[in-house]
Amino acid sequence: EVLCCANYPLYIRSVPTQGELKFHYTVHTSLDVVEEKISGVGKALADQRELYLGLLYPTEDYKVYGYVTNSKVKFVIVVDSSNTSLRDNEIRSMFRKLHNSFTDVMCNPFYNPGDPIQSKAFDSIVSTMMVQAF
Amino acid sequence: MEDGRMRVKCNFSGDQKFLENGRCVSKLESMGFRVGQGLIERFTKDTPRFKDELDVMKFICKDFWTSVFKKQIDNLRTNHQGIYVLQDNKFRLLTHLSAGKQYLEHAPKFLAFTCGLVRGALSNLGVKSIVTAEVSVMPACKFQVMIQKM
Repeated sequence: EVLCCANYPLYIRSVPTQGELKFHYTVHTSLDVVEEKISGVGKALADQRELYLGLLYPTEDYKVYGYVTNSKVKFVIVVDSSNTSLRDNEIRSMFRKLHNSFTDVMCNPFYNPGDPIQSKAFDSIVSTMMVQAF
Repeated sequence: MEDGRMRVKCNFSGDQKFLENGRCVSKLESMGFRVGQGLIERFTKDTPRFKDELDVMKFICKDFWTSVFKKQIDNLRTNHQGIYVLQDNKFRLLTHLSAGKQYLEHAPKFLAFTCGLVRGALSNLGVKSIVTAEVSVMPACKFQVMIQKM
């Protein structure tokens, strides 16, 4: 599943589509961990990429990855723990693609920042990514 | 029909023209704001995270200004209490206007968009601010950034 938020979701997509509510909850709680991490960082990490969050809930069996841009937009990717084929650098490149696509959305003069993302281009990037990964 | 109405507007008193001018200036500023938001997203895509507010202002003065105006801000001053003054001695949008006091009253129109640009850029970096500009002798100008505590 892929999710993109700026403290409230701008874009949510999941595969399979049932159980989406569960993902909302997972992501909201992971945002707290994200906040924690970016406020603690600063001197040490000169890296834009956020630390991988790893397993948030041992019971839920999900791996939650986070990424925060300089413009405070947070991307969250939730994958099944059973999916062991996804490697670190694959997740990183997924975030890069998301960020690039998001930048294009931001530069679209018809897009109002803060609105839900409805860009077809963004949709197709996400679709391609999810098909490749899962 | 449109033409007739336009002509009437010009015949109005100086106050009306002033109001119209004010509306245009704030419209320019808000356009600059939106562009600034998009630009900063693109410019900071590959940069490391900013350490603090001063870091953000330095970025605006160096990288941002260079990307937009092909030169850096010449002087950055701050009172370390949320006020920053960015001085550009040869502001690109004013160099072709005049090299002194001529046309000084028209300068605000050319500065409004840039004020919005800075405000928009800062806003998306998590910094709320008010940006104003002042010119005393062209093409030098000063942008004053007042950080608003949220």
